[in-house]
Amino acid sequence: MIVAAADSDAALTFIEIGAIAVGLAGLARLAGRLGITAIPFYLLAGLAVGEGGFAPLDVSAEFISTAAEIGVLLLLLALGLEYSSDELRHGLRTGLVPGVVDGAVNFAPGFLAGILLGWELAAAVLLGGVCWVSSSGIISKVLADLDRLANRETPAILNLLVIEDLAMAVFLPVAGAMVTGGDLAGSVVTVGVAIAAVAVILSIALRYGGHLSSLLAGGSDESLLLAVFGLTLLVGGLAQQLDVSAAIGAFLVGLALSGSVQERAGALIGPLRDLFAAVFFLFFSFQIRPGDLVGALGPAAALAAVALSTKLLTGWIAAGRAGVGRAGRLRAGATLMARGEFSIVIASIGATLDDGADLGALAAAFVLLTAIAGPLGARFIGSVPRRNQRATV
Amino acid sequence: MPEVRETLLPGVGVRHEFTTETGERLAVLTHRGGRREIAVYDRADPDACSTVLHLSPGDTRTLAEVLGVSQVSEALVAVQQQVEGLAIDWVKVTAGSPFDGRTIADGQFRTQTGASIVAVVRGDMTIPAPGPDTRFVAGDVVVSVGTADGLSRLRHLLAP
Repeated sequence: MIVAAADSDAALTFIEIGAIAVGLAGLARLAGRLGITAIPFYLLAGLAVGEGGFAPLDVSAEFISTAAEIGVLLLLLALGLEYSSDELRHGLRTGLVPGVVDGAVNFAPGFLAGILLGWELAAAVLLGGVCWVSSSGIISKVLADLDRLANRETPAILNLLVIEDLAMAVFLPVAGAMVTGGDLAGSVVTVGVAIAAVAVILSIALRYGGHLSSLLAGGSDESLLLAVFGLTLLVGGLAQQLDVSAAIGAFLVGLALSGSVQERAGALIGPLRDLFAAVFFLFFSFQIRPGDLVGALGPAAALAAVALSTKLLTGWIAAGRAGVGRAGRLRAGATLMARGEFSIVIASIGATLDDGADLGALAAAFVLLTAIAGPLGARFIGSVPRRNQRATV
Repeated sequence: MPEVRETLLPGVGVRHEFTTETGERLAVLTHRGGRREIAVYDRADPDACSTVLHLSPGDTRTLAEVLGVSQVSEALVAVQQQVEGLAIDWVKVTAGSPFDGRTIADGQFRTQTGASIVAVVRGDMTIPAPGPDTRFVAGDVVVSVGTADGLSRLRHLLAP
């Protein structure tokens, strides 16, 4: 056992991890009080304990990096668990056109920024992805906090999130393959392999998902938690072996589960995801040199300004198609502005690229800005003053 | 009864909305876990809510009870327990029924069968203790109380 062999190391690891966890708890609480997501705080905390930060860590870095990888898998698993197959079908039917607009106008600014910065193609594509995906975590929190779930523009927002969710199933493996592919010819081959692998896993998931769900349905919560956690790591690991990202394997496990098992697993995995995802955000910025982040603030602010307005446009169009009025269309756009967890997940895929460090720093700065500006914008743009008295005829 | 519109909210639940007789627009949002929100839409901005009420599953049951959803069936169960030999039956008014579009008084059911009509269930709405001028519509479910014999005669009249 480690405990016996390296007593002092283990003790130091515990102290470091414990101190970090307590620190993160304080930050999560502060974020809750301010009514915004904790992700920007986690990113700042990662900078502080990273290389060149105020209190660099050493012994527990390896443990933290593994926990961070698990965090990505659980984030994607939870994303896959979020929607039932009915909701996916319905979202696809009603949200396809806004979804395509969303992809086009929000991917482009990031991609072009990457090209303008002179980055390699894969890094520019990843920056496009960072810029594209709204944060479903932040958005669902904002909608609930502002009591807007019953609003008429809300289905348009949620359907757009469903489309983005499905689009990730294609984007992540393609982007992952571009990163590992090297030159253009190599990229084409690995992208092809990745898409084929996803298609195979997805068809297995949809075909045998029902069997899997009924197989898991019988046991206790404890056995379900372990089974889902284990399956996620197992499928994620196998996907990684095939050079498809592990995250996409986890996502497909989430998609495969359905019915009551899906609901139970979602509730059980939630706390575990929060824990490991916090570690992931911390570790992501842990690897960023604070100087790089400061240097990236300028371009990130410019990109954020463009990306906030393109999301505003997306929401305006999506809600307009649903017959919503002017104020509601503005609200839909403002609500969609926040980027968060998945932008960081996408940027982390490119960590091994030559431009990976720049991509990481820019993505972190971009998320810091949009994750704070998004909820603030949602609160003030297009909002009506709350009246509690009964409206008179 | 006003039209109730259902909207799927992916990842959240289902929303049902309708307009009240006074023109207020009302929605009930049912979360996946059973939590509910009752929302009243704003008059100035019909896409937004001016009031939102959050109900736990327990609150929902209490509210439903108060609003009378379960009152009719409870009353019926109580009657049945009190009197032996008394039966309760549900009869659907079919499209071809001679009483589709006619009133309870038209049928003189009480005189002919001895059975009493205690409620009419129309879609999601229940009319408890309907008056003689209550008019049947095809699809109505007529709840009646009487002897087994009387009820079978009533069934014969309403849905021949």
